[in-house]
Amino acid sequence: MQPAAAPRTPGNAVPPTDAQRRALERTWSDPPGWVGWLAAVNHKAIGKRFIVTAFGFFVAGGVLAALMRLQLAKPENKLIGPDLYNQLFTMHGTTMMFLFAVPVMQAMAVYLVPLMIGSRSVAFPRMNAYAYWVFLFGGLMLYIAFLLNIGPDAGWFAYVPLAGPDYSPGKRMDFWAQMITFTETSGLLEAVIVVATVFKLRAPGMTLNRIPLFVWGMLVTAFMVMFAMPSVMLASTALITDRLVGTHFYNPAEGGDALLWQHLFWFFGHPEVYFIFLPGLGFMSSIIPTFARRPIFGYTAMVLALIATAFLAFGLWVHHMFATNLPELGKSFFTAASMMIAIPSAVQIFCWIATLWTGKLNFKTPLLFVLAFFFILVLGGMTGLMLASVPLDLQVHDTYFVVAHLHYVLIGGAVFPLFGAIYYWYPKITGRLMSERLGRWNFWLFFIGFNVAFFPMHWLGLHGMPRRVYTYSAEMGWGTMNAIASLGALLIAISVLLFIVNVWRSRRHGEPAGADPWGAGTLEWSMPSPPPACNFEAIPIVHGRDPLWEPQHDPKAVAGLAVDSREVLLTTVLDAKPDNRESFPNPTIWPFVGAIATTVLFVGSIFTPWAVVWGSVPVAIALTAWFWPRPTDTSAHLAREQQP
Amino acid sequence: MRVRHALFVAAVLALGATGAAAQGTVPLAPGPHDALAATGPQAAHIGALWNLFLALCTAVFAAILIACGWALWRTPRAAVDTPPDLAHVDRHEPGPYRSVALATGVSALLLLFLIVASVWTDRALARLPLEQAINLRVTGHQWWWEIRYEGSPESQTFTTANELHVPVGRPVVIQLNSDDVIHSLWVPNLSGKKDLIPGRTATLSFRADRPGIYRGQCAEFCGYQHAFMAFEVIAEAPEHYEAWAEQQRREASEPSDPRGKRGKEVFLGSTCVMCHTIQGTDANAIRGPDLTHVGGRTTLASGTLPNTDEDMKRWIRNPQQLKPGVNMPTSSLAEADLDALVTYLRGLK
Repeated sequence: MQPAAAPRTPGNAVPPTDAQRRALERTWSDPPGWVGWLAAVNHKAIGKRFIVTAFGFFVAGGVLAALMRLQLAKPENKLIGPDLYNQLFTMHGTTMMFLFAVPVMQAMAVYLVPLMIGSRSVAFPRMNAYAYWVFLFGGLMLYIAFLLNIGPDAGWFAYVPLAGPDYSPGKRMDFWAQMITFTETSGLLEAVIVVATVFKLRAPGMTLNRIPLFVWGMLVTAFMVMFAMPSVMLASTALITDRLVGTHFYNPAEGGDALLWQHLFWFFGHPEVYFIFLPGLGFMSSIIPTFARRPIFGYTAMVLALIATAFLAFGLWVHHMFATNLPELGKSFFTAASMMIAIPSAVQIFCWIATLWTGKLNFKTPLLFVLAFFFILVLGGMTGLMLASVPLDLQVHDTYFVVAHLHYVLIGGAVFPLFGAIYYWYPKITGRLMSERLGRWNFWLFFIGFNVAFFPMHWLGLHGMPRRVYTYSAEMGWGTMNAIASLGALLIAISVLLFIVNVWRSRRHGEPAGADPWGAGTLEWSMPSPPPACNFEAIPIVHGRDPLWEPQHDPKAVAGLAVDSREVLLTTVLDAKPDNRESFPNPTIWPFVGAIATTVLFVGSIFTPWAVVWGSVPVAIALTAWFWPRPTDTSAHLAREQQP
Repeated sequence: MRVRHALFVAAVLALGATGAAAQGTVPLAPGPHDALAATGPQAAHIGALWNLFLALCTAVFAAILIACGWALWRTPRAAVDTPPDLAHVDRHEPGPYRSVALATGVSALLLLFLIVASVWTDRALARLPLEQAINLRVTGHQWWWEIRYEGSPESQTFTTANELHVPVGRPVVIQLNSDDVIHSLWVPNLSGKKDLIPGRTATLSFRADRPGIYRGQCAEFCGYQHAFMAFEVIAEAPEHYEAWAEQQRREASEPSDPRGKRGKEVFLGSTCVMCHTIQGTDANAIRGPDLTHVGGRTTLASGTLPNTDEDMKRWIRNPQQLKPGVNMPTSSLAEADLDALVTYLRGLK
């Protein structure tokens, strides 16, 4: 017995008819109005919000940094006292690591990955919206706490016992620990989304060895996130229970161990550096071929280097703990592992140089930002080798030398490529190019300002200036170098301001971009800019690594996907052979409501452990409503299943 | 030079840093604090390793920049519509392949060399001869250092704070502990740092080969006054050291003048005794630094101020102003009592 089938609308033709185009646009668009805005699940809408939000936190974190540089610009400055200063650097580090660097990369992936792999959506679109809202609310909670003078003040890695109940009374560190819960929830969900998207939603023909390198970078990052983040969630949950319900995980007097925190934190914290860095490498590998006018040299080596980096990144964490009393022989192992991770990075750098060497260069702003990598990141890599050596680390650990090093690797390895990536993909997102002239000013001010700000810190560290000091005596002799560093910070601030102006102005006044303003080779440049709601009017069939560059073969696109339902094509993991059709869910307000319920639970549990109990009720209700099937959808899906 | 200096001053002013009234009558003399100016074997080993790393890393950095610069220089220019070069798609490129493989191989060898050099230095550090070592126990507190010289017999043991005297040429072995949060002991001119972790005991050994005053300080963030948790290592000729140690083992001297006597009464009659010890008196609390010989030290409040009458007075009157958050309360002593107290304490050589 067959149930009465709903009348079936035929799938799309290749190319789609005008009516089909309109139907697709209607089907994949988010609903209008502000309720519709809250209910949006389209990956481009969520991706844009995610990127803008993360950049908002970047600017906030930058303002905090500027305040610190103001305070340190001269010795014995009375502008900011220790109480505020300790909050400033804790908030700065926390913001940049947890609310900017990791999320912005995932945000870029949410926007770009489906476009680059030929898909109409990310996997689990509602979960994607939920992850965004949870991230936003977590970040807002931290900043509201900070503005109420309950901002965390024990450093972004919150060493116990300083961050524990005895030495950080009050709620400051509870807000920090819950911020971890928020951002890690969001980060883990996004990792699941990226893995599922890359493995199952690629266009037919995009075999594993044709995936764009940025997508590879995000895929590897997502796996790292899934293995590393549970460690910090465990650590921060133990910290919360120590603080709120009197457990003794980190209390040596009761059989706990202060070093346990450091192991758990850095088992996450060191890989974290690489899940900021690997997407940066992905940006490099996207931008360099386009502006060198040739496919990347050494694709396979690049992919293997990414994977090797991911494995090695889990064997380095103790190099943050060389000054503790761990066994010396064990530390030597971590020296070797930390130096070894330079090899995959070196392979990629050499491959990029080979690509540049054998290409023809089109010098545009994205390329400039990417070229800065070769100076800044490589210099940071060199100081990284020094920090990997136990004896050298014992001198420079916890000094401004480390501050210099980490900014060289993170800003050089991730932020410069990210800025390049924004200049590169902005025309795709908005349909207009950013100003080249402002772009050049932006670049040179940033590049010069960065080096002026951070290079002197190497010297300061070697001359005894520890990190995290709110002021210093004039007699220490650190005044001049600190003044120079503060001057550099001012230049960086101006350059970021120019960047914001450029982004803002180009939205309306930029030169229209067209589909492919850079003459690039990957799939995201095949559709108009900004992309239509469904991304691809017909799912393309891929015959090479750079589908827009390489000669076209038949068949060119997939016919037969529904136009009146959010239907996507699933393909096999290795060879991307068509496997299945799947109808993705429609927009709904429930992920937003669910995120609010989650926020009530998380924030409530700062004040009473019982919030975990009563707070789970609204979360359960929201999740149930979120997954409640609608009869019309169900019957439509059944109809399509029975008549393929 | 002067112009440049003026520029910095202008820049600092432009940054809006508000001026703090010039304070402090006598400048601190912090002593050298430079990781690259070794005055003992431990820092010297690390300094040698630093030179090796610096040379090699600079060479590699330069090589990469040159390769990159050369690539940019020699490569022809292109525009957006330049057709992409697809000649090598799915084909082996022997030239770049050889270069990349060679560069990778060389990098791996250099890294191996650096690892061996690093482990070698580690070994050298661990082999510091420890005959005739001075044994110390340093306990970290928020935000000062308790220093205990272990003697045998036990009666030779004495306690001081924020100032380490060591004889030149004799090794020092320090047992590190913490009373509250994690601290890290670091004297850049003498040795690398070591953490003081509550519930764990670590050991640090070094030797000073040249007399001098070397600045050390806490390197691990430990709360409000992490910035002002410094100390001094005073390396001196063995006979000077012995004389100093002998003096430290004595009980506090009795004040001779009436003002000093009055100062002692003030000390014993006020809240000072709740936290401090002065050997030979009834004050024997251990919450704060031992003051038995406080007058002989060069700095106050863990390297925050020079030890002068005026600075000690300012410190006792309002420590919260000079070191906000410190665990010493503001005092409400009358001016005359304060003067007497300072006379007494400064007399405790």
